[in-house]
Amino acid sequence: MPVTDVQHDVDNLTLTITAEFAAPAERVWQVYADPRQLERVWGPPSHPATFVDHDLRPGGRVTYYMTGPEGEKYCGWWEVKTVDEPREFTFEDGFADEDFNPLPDMPVSHNTYTFSDIDGRTRATFVGRYASAEALQKVLDMGIIEGATSAINQIDELLAA
Amino acid sequence: MDDSEAEDRADALFHALADRTRRDILRRVLVGEHSVTALAAKYEMSFAAVQKHVAVLERAGLVTKRRSGREHLATGEVEAVRSVASMLGELEEVWRGRVARIDELLATEEKARIDKGE
Repeated sequence: MPVTDVQHDVDNLTLTITAEFAAPAERVWQVYADPRQLERVWGPPSHPATFVDHDLRPGGRVTYYMTGPEGEKYCGWWEVKTVDEPREFTFEDGFADEDFNPLPDMPVSHNTYTFSDIDGRTRATFVGRYASAEALQKVLDMGIIEGATSAINQIDELLAA
Repeated sequence: MDDSEAEDRADALFHALADRTRRDILRRVLVGEHSVTALAAKYEMSFAAVQKHVAVLERAGLVTKRRSGREHLATGEVEAVRSVASMLGELEEVWRGRVARIDELLATEEKARIDKGE
């Protein structure tokens, strides 16, 4: 099991995932640096990702779409903020229309991905932060995850109880 | 409760949590009961403004209030806050999926190298 730790920070709406991979940090970095590899890990199997623009440099733009089982398209963008190959990069991740124009009313997550080499293995830390509970809920409602509606259903049940 | 009523209450919950001061008030009242007067002393805003924030939290079901003499005492509702944690849990599933696929990708490559006798 490569995920070694998960931290939910309810106050700051931050999710921190720590994982370990059986490869050096340079190799794990390549997964993010190569759009053909990245599309194999980004979208869930039911919603494969296709990267269109991919410029992993400070200020660089990355665009992608995920295709659902009925052919529906979910478009997204990244704005790369900082890059320290192969140790860390930070970026914002948001939603876009079909022409990859960012959707201004949709939430943006702030992400920091860190890779450290431990004797030829890599410890990866993925931190994602949302601005509000509303933003987080919108992301879930967008169907970024299969079955994400269960979260809101739970809340409704809770409130109904 | 009908669907639209449930939706309205969910809206109230997310609206309530979208404000920094209200999250801060909520953190305090989750630890223990606080009077609205004591809460108001913590912020550089009017008593009425703090009272309004508490009312928003109360409408969302995140806080309950009771009267004790002349004071209004507010308490946080742990269960309602847990529901926010469950949203982060949903997001966690996305991440677990991604991490598992990275692992598979790396393993395929390793296997290809071994098969080639490197």
